[in-house]
Amino acid sequence: MATTRILEWLGRFYIVLLLGFLYLPIIIMAAMSFNASPFYQLPFEWTTDWYSSLWQNDQLIAATWNSIEIAVITTLISTVLGSMASLALYRYDFRGKKVLQALLFPPIAIPWLITGTAMLIFFFGVGIGRGLVAILLGHVALALPYVIVVVSARLQTFAPELEEAARSLGANQWQVTTRVTLPWIMPGVIAGGLFAFAVSFDQFVVSYFLSTPGQTTLPVEIYAAIRKGFTPEINAVSTIIIVVSMALMLLTARFFKFGGEK
Amino acid sequence: MADQLAIGSRRGLKPALPLLLPAYLWLTVAIFLPLSAMVFFSFMTDLPLAGKEWSFTLGNYAAFFSQSLYSTLLFSSLRLGLEVTLWCVVVGYPAAYVLAKVLKGRSREAIFLLVILPFWSNGLVRIFSWAMVLREGGILDTALNAVLPFKINIDLMYSYPAVIIGLVHSYVPYMVLTCYLTLQAIDDSLIEAGRSLGASRRQVLWRVIIPLSMPGLIAGAALIFVPVVGSFMEPRILGGRTGTFYGTIIEDQFVAVFNWPLGAALSFILLAVVLIILALAAPVLRRAA
Repeated sequence: MATTRILEWLGRFYIVLLLGFLYLPIIIMAAMSFNASPFYQLPFEWTTDWYSSLWQNDQLIAATWNSIEIAVITTLISTVLGSMASLALYRYDFRGKKVLQALLFPPIAIPWLITGTAMLIFFFGVGIGRGLVAILLGHVALALPYVIVVVSARLQTFAPELEEAARSLGANQWQVTTRVTLPWIMPGVIAGGLFAFAVSFDQFVVSYFLSTPGQTTLPVEIYAAIRKGFTPEINAVSTIIIVVSMALMLLTARFFKFGGEK
Repeated sequence: MADQLAIGSRRGLKPALPLLLPAYLWLTVAIFLPLSAMVFFSFMTDLPLAGKEWSFTLGNYAAFFSQSLYSTLLFSSLRLGLEVTLWCVVVGYPAAYVLAKVLKGRSREAIFLLVILPFWSNGLVRIFSWAMVLREGGILDTALNAVLPFKINIDLMYSYPAVIIGLVHSYVPYMVLTCYLTLQAIDDSLIEAGRSLGASRRQVLWRVIIPLSMPGLIAGAALIFVPVVGSFMEPRILGGRTGTFYGTIIEDQFVAVFNWPLGAALSFILLAVVLIILALAAPVLRRAA
């Protein structure tokens, strides 16, 4: 039994090491955004200059707004369309349903490099070209499968008898959907929406191929800045992004709990 | 016939269509048509734009097979994918085991969330964080020289190990997640039964735990291997000049050289290779499940 004890403590120690490996670079990056030296020299000298100089960087501000706008629109469109599709897949039985469900996986499984370059070729060919519209088209398509999978998972816990009961009590299809089904799947819809926001807000590869100099998103702008040379300003934006996306994920985890166990 | 009998019809494609069409039309326009267009373009000599002359050709595929550069790079990308996947197993599997079998209750929940949280932050930003750490005169260099009595020079930046470290950091949460899910489902009494029948810890691990968690290992490996083989941003930032891989060559065709048909052919070859590898892994996965 003594060896079991020792092994368990070793295991705990290992988890601490892994967490160190996962968080150390992120913490250092964030710390450097508060360090005065533009060349990342130590000793550490506290400053918030890099954050205030961000406000003067018009290009970065514009890209940030684009990112937020695209993420919000992507969330709205993909949540509505995705929930509709999940409802249909849940309610109805028809030939080819398995195929439709299987079709959700290529967008998730194919490397974004391939999806992104394929979109670039196609959008160019049909005249949509590059820019924010193309980026939005792409982001919604990437987010849709995630929304459908998450909402469908929530629907699995929904008893079809409830819809039948409402219908036999005289509710029409619209009333059944809005008063019975939707309230039940709401946690799944919200979790799906948060997923969609994260997929869009953190998306780099697809945006990279579809952006033009005037119309880019924040990650694309950061990539360009990294390749030009590092400045603590990139640390400052990166820190903001990481705080926003982690907060979003904590929210999603909360709603997932709601979805999974109640 | 059945769909006429059912009241409050749950059968038939017709009532489902209005709900399904918008989502699947969007996927068609933004995913499936582009992928088909990519195949089409890969057989062209030039872009059919602005009145340029073009014709069908097999030249783009011939280029892949005649110039050893492309197959060498594809091979090194596959090797990169394999190495990163193996490191993720080595680093992630023990952590998943501790999470599933040693930790209990609230501390397990909290640590599980902590492990998968960074994974939901921007990948680009995480790679940039490593650049901060690995630079010469960067944090690792400074910290080690402050602690050690002798002078050493750590300059991992722009090297193959730097690319590996960055990629493992980015993808290891996948492995922890999938392995945790299968390990958690293993009944503890199976492990106890093995032990009480006289099996050593090592035998239980190799004969009971690892075979039963195989689906998680393979799912994790697929989720890691596929994107790593197509990675280009990580090798560019952390690998510098040593960071030329198959993915960076495809990127070049689209943003630097503007040889889109060649880029499309290279992308399609990558897609085919990835699909073949996944197809080979699928029966193993099904048998294990």
